[in-house]
Amino acid sequence: MPKIIYRDKEWEVPTNITVRDAIIKGGLNPETVLATRHGKLITEDTHLKAADLVKLIAVISGG
Amino acid sequence: MKCRKCGVVAVINMRQHKLALCAEHYAEWVPAQVQKTIHKYQMFTPQDRVLIAVSGGKDSLALWDILLRLGYHADGLYLGLGIDGGIGYSDESHRKCETFLKSFKASANEGIGNSSNLEVPTQDPVVADSWSPKLHTLSIPDTYGESIPGVAQRVRRGRGKPCSVCGLIKRHEMNRLAYELGFSVLATGHNLDDEAAVLFGNTMTWQVGYLARQGPVLPEGDGFARKVKPLCRLYEREMAAYCLVRGIDYIYEECPYSYGATSIAHKELLAELERKSPGAKQNFYLSFLKAREDGFLNENRDLSLQLHDCQRCGQPTTAPGLCAFCRLWVNVEKCT
Repeated sequence: MPKIIYRDKEWEVPTNITVRDAIIKGGLNPETVLATRHGKLITEDTHLKAADLVKLIAVISGG
Repeated sequence: MKCRKCGVVAVINMRQHKLALCAEHYAEWVPAQVQKTIHKYQMFTPQDRVLIAVSGGKDSLALWDILLRLGYHADGLYLGLGIDGGIGYSDESHRKCETFLKSFKASANEGIGNSSNLEVPTQDPVVADSWSPKLHTLSIPDTYGESIPGVAQRVRRGRGKPCSVCGLIKRHEMNRLAYELGFSVLATGHNLDDEAAVLFGNTMTWQVGYLARQGPVLPEGDGFARKVKPLCRLYEREMAAYCLVRGIDYIYEECPYSYGATSIAHKELLAELERKSPGAKQNFYLSFLKAREDGFLNENRDLSLQLHDCQRCGQPTTAPGLCAFCRLWVNVEKCT
């Protein structure tokens, strides 16, 4: 199953799910993260394959 | 999703613009947008020397990269705040700034990612060919004998969180150094999300004075350097994406004192609006600028400030006597 990593949290999602749905499944707002696969940005409509490992990058900062 | 310009796989989709782009075209699109913003708000010209306040974060390093690619003569200013937070935060953020500059110079020497790759018109050189960007660094603890968290512990203003003290000290020192180093413009990496969050906070409490002064440009005069925000029309998400596409290594960790900050709560609220209504943040901020331009905030009001010279540092202040920065250090000295 594809795996999503965000900070110290990880979750698995069903194969063929879109990146957007995978983000929402982890309880996140897609507007607040970017998704990368093998260090490259991917768009939210990308369908994930079984072996995919997606790292999410938070984009909101304070101060 | 395909790039609108070339049809290859897109790396970013900007729903508010209905625009998807590949990495190559995105790396060109962002500087073009910044150039339009600089021109629209008459922020500066190729004749200006620009000092960018860099923190090692995504926005300020992206801004430095963009201005250099556009051909502007922009140096960086790093203020060492003495924040450790168990992760050596200030040291690490300083290293990110140094690494950026080193990498940019190396790429420029090899002709990679420099202005010749941009579709936007670049500026004519206005200084000697030998000019190259510099990073100016000032350590607050080394200069004043106390770190930002240390100051916050000693004075009433800093009780609980050092963010207020930090903002005050940074604003004062950035203005002072812009003058002393001979820069005509001070640029910061505030993006649209930063501006929308500030606008939201000030609107919640109807801070009319703050609203009247919030804009992409704060003009120079009365002892203040001109301050500009060239990223004010770009989303925070777009700046992070730009860093990834350009290979800019920024400090990913948050300032250890920013957790629970009101500005982050406001950004999260606005992000929820954006999720349901793409373009909501942009509309909120840009329609405010339009209303401000149309005089909505100035009717029947005198919002001009009466300024005095601070008796200690000489910088402008609204209160007679000492400015807030000098009052802060007087209090620190009293508590020593």
